[in-house]
Amino acid sequence: MTSHSGYTLHHPQWLRRRVSTWWWLSRWRYFKFILREITSVFVAAAVVLLLLYVAALRRGPDALIAFQSWLSRPPILAASAVVFFFTLIHSITWFNLAPKAMKVRLGNIPVPPALIAAGHYFAWLVISLALAWIILTGG
Amino acid sequence: MRRTPIEPILWSLFSAGGMLSALFIPVLLFILVLAPALGWLPAPGYAQLTSLLSHPLARLFLIALCALALVHAAHRFRYTLYDGLQIKHLNELVNILCYGGALAGSVWAIFLLFTRVAEPRL
Repeated sequence: MTSHSGYTLHHPQWLRRRVSTWWWLSRWRYFKFILREITSVFVAAAVVLLLLYVAALRRGPDALIAFQSWLSRPPILAASAVVFFFTLIHSITWFNLAPKAMKVRLGNIPVPPALIAAGHYFAWLVISLALAWIILTGG
Repeated sequence: MRRTPIEPILWSLFSAGGMLSALFIPVLLFILVLAPALGWLPAPGYAQLTSLLSHPLARLFLIALCALALVHAAHRFRYTLYDGLQIKHLNELVNILCYGGALAGSVWAIFLLFTRVAEPRL
């Protein structure tokens, strides 16, 4: 509106309606969106868990064993299971969205979205097996 | 949200962190934390883990993973608060806490992995 828009008798009615803070609870689709977005908190928690692990390792063999037995206490185990579950949701939703984020072409032929997602899942599998092997056997 | 020149950089860091954490974090959590705690796998020993981390590339990788995963989480959580809870008036505080937290975590990772303890352990 410019300053020359002139006089109106009544204030124009607002078209915007206040959206509830809990809008994402109203539909499963919305809830799934928030579930996907909230994985960020658990990714951060996972990093903290890994860094606590390294910190215990730095303090020596006894501290490492103490930390490992702390991890198997039921409340800590339950919490880390929740963190693990959400990091899995993060991985799955991330790989499912990958084809939308990257459009790959081989020559002139666009690579089908399912194949891009499958490539990510395959990489996930290979990396997981390789890392498990390295950690469990000591490389 | 106001567009700032740093935004594209943050989005690419978000992407990199999202990809690295999707590929690497579940298996690390499972092998190091969950499976040993449940008794499904033996807990990795001290000598084994220190020898793995004695390689500078392993430590560098772990720092990159932690730092990028934290930036990813900070960026995503900032937007979750913005969209979900609609706390736009606290935008600056949210930004400082999110990115500040990610920075603090990254510095912690660098400290843990690239400084030596008094005795030559790591």
